[in-house]
Amino acid sequence: MKHRPTPDAPAPLARAYPREAANPPWKLPPPLFDARCRACWFTAALLVLVVASFVSLDLDWQAFASLEAARSMGRFVAEFFPPDLSPAFVQKVAWAAWETLAMSALGTVLAAALGLALAVPASRLSPRDVAWLRSPTRWLLNVLRAIPELVWAALLLISAGLGPMAGTLALALHTSGVLGRLFAEALENAPAGPGDALRTQGVGPLRVFAYATLPQVLPQLMSYTLYRWENNIRAAAVMGVVGAGGLGQLLSFHMGLFHMHKTATLLGAMLLMVACVDALSFALRRVLTR
Amino acid sequence: MPVHALPSPPPGRPPARDALADAPRRDPAFVARVFWLSLALVLLWPLGVATEFRPWVLWAPENRQVSADFVASFWPLVLDPEFLQLVARETWRTVAMATAGVTLALVLAVPLSLMAARVLSLSALSGRMARGPAVLRWAVRALLIVLRSVPELVWALVFVRVVGLGPTAGVLAIALTYGGMLGKVYAEILESGEGHATQTLLRNGSGRLQAFVYALLPGHAAELASYTVYRWECAIRSSVVLGFVGAGGLGQQLDNSMKMFNGGEVATLLLVFIALVALADRVSAWLRKALA
Repeated sequence: MKHRPTPDAPAPLARAYPREAANPPWKLPPPLFDARCRACWFTAALLVLVVASFVSLDLDWQAFASLEAARSMGRFVAEFFPPDLSPAFVQKVAWAAWETLAMSALGTVLAAALGLALAVPASRLSPRDVAWLRSPTRWLLNVLRAIPELVWAALLLISAGLGPMAGTLALALHTSGVLGRLFAEALENAPAGPGDALRTQGVGPLRVFAYATLPQVLPQLMSYTLYRWENNIRAAAVMGVVGAGGLGQLLSFHMGLFHMHKTATLLGAMLLMVACVDALSFALRRVLTR
Repeated sequence: MPVHALPSPPPGRPPARDALADAPRRDPAFVARVFWLSLALVLLWPLGVATEFRPWVLWAPENRQVSADFVASFWPLVLDPEFLQLVARETWRTVAMATAGVTLALVLAVPLSLMAARVLSLSALSGRMARGPAVLRWAVRALLIVLRSVPELVWALVFVRVVGLGPTAGVLAIALTYGGMLGKVYAEILESGEGHATQTLLRNGSGRLQAFVYALLPGHAAELASYTVYRWECAIRSSVVLGFVGAGGLGQQLDNSMKMFNGGEVATLLLVFIALVALADRVSAWLRKALA
């Protein structure tokens, strides 16, 4: 009974449980920083990153945290009203909305075709396939995907000129990177049975792809494409700010000239369009997954 | 490709005819395929008209000359120390804008998602939620949806007008859009899965914040953190785009170089940008794997 642990001398017992998850209840909480704990290092690094970001950005807090800023913001918002709803302008906005929709649809179709064309060399269709183009094509897909639509649009303006075609091509290029990668994954994960059955009969690779691999993954490819279309409508709406057609081009034009009433109409149209797409895709998903 | 030997036909019967010989030589669905393909092309026609899609314009001699000159000027890359220093500074500003934006978005998203989560309702413990809290939750949810459905580029355009050119507009734009996205998804994550531990705590008289910290958070922390990391990665990509409307960072530099037709600078900036995106992708994949 001599060595009974007392609350003020817990050291031997604590050493008996070296690194338990739970802290023995009589002990103080563990030290905040422990050099052997990865999460501590990670948290410290995160804190440093956040603090360094805020310090180095010389953010203009006064511009939006002062009374005067609030007043100027209020004036700015008040200038929006009333939105310009004259029939001529509404017609123009409707045409721009249709152009946006057409850009996104055509861009997505082109991207699906290009993505499929790139996904075939980017995937190993059978274990015997050497697939020597696999990693170069994947690199190409990564590059296509890494550059955002807007940057593609700005680059394409030089050769395609101002207008919706640059936007369509930009959407097609970026989306083909995204879709190509998804398609390649889908092709590689397709069940091998039907393809093997054809191959053992001596059917060539092209027909194996067309009659065994592709039909199996087609529903998945379609659903990826539809999902990207939904994204692309949103992207197409804003892409015009660099001059690539659609609602965005009108928006940046009228905002640049301080036509605030027209800007308000355009913003409303843009929000309406995004909301409609969201609602429609939510409803469709609900119907399809039920 | 070796043809596997087919099993030999049993004796006493005529040899089975080759299955391939019986099969139709042509695609049986050929007509249907051609029909659907041509229908699709007919439907695509108005889209092509609306988007003024004339790809041959790209090959018009004068356009071809301009594009060829521009692409040819990509090489050599501009690598003088002064420009590289500028690129390094702008790269850091891009990352910093994304980080600061996501931090402010968290400040917005965490309280809103706590207000929107139905699992933390006290009145819902005994049947239906009371009317007041239900209306409040719907309102918060609607606010989150509005915040996230305005594209960050539009927020940035608006804020550039109010607070002037510079990173403040970009940070605010990211904060608002991503606040909406994070808040909505946080609320959905918190509501998914078992609410049993939370309800037990609430029934035994703990506060809602205590129930969140001790029951809800431990169950969903990994998922919440990994979604946040993923959004941080997206924010880096979108902060480059925000530069095109004057919010600073790599995008603004890219815009300037493009307007001056300086191909070498454009190529350097694009390479740095691709490397940055790839790096963020790696870091975020690694972090999400460590969190899982």
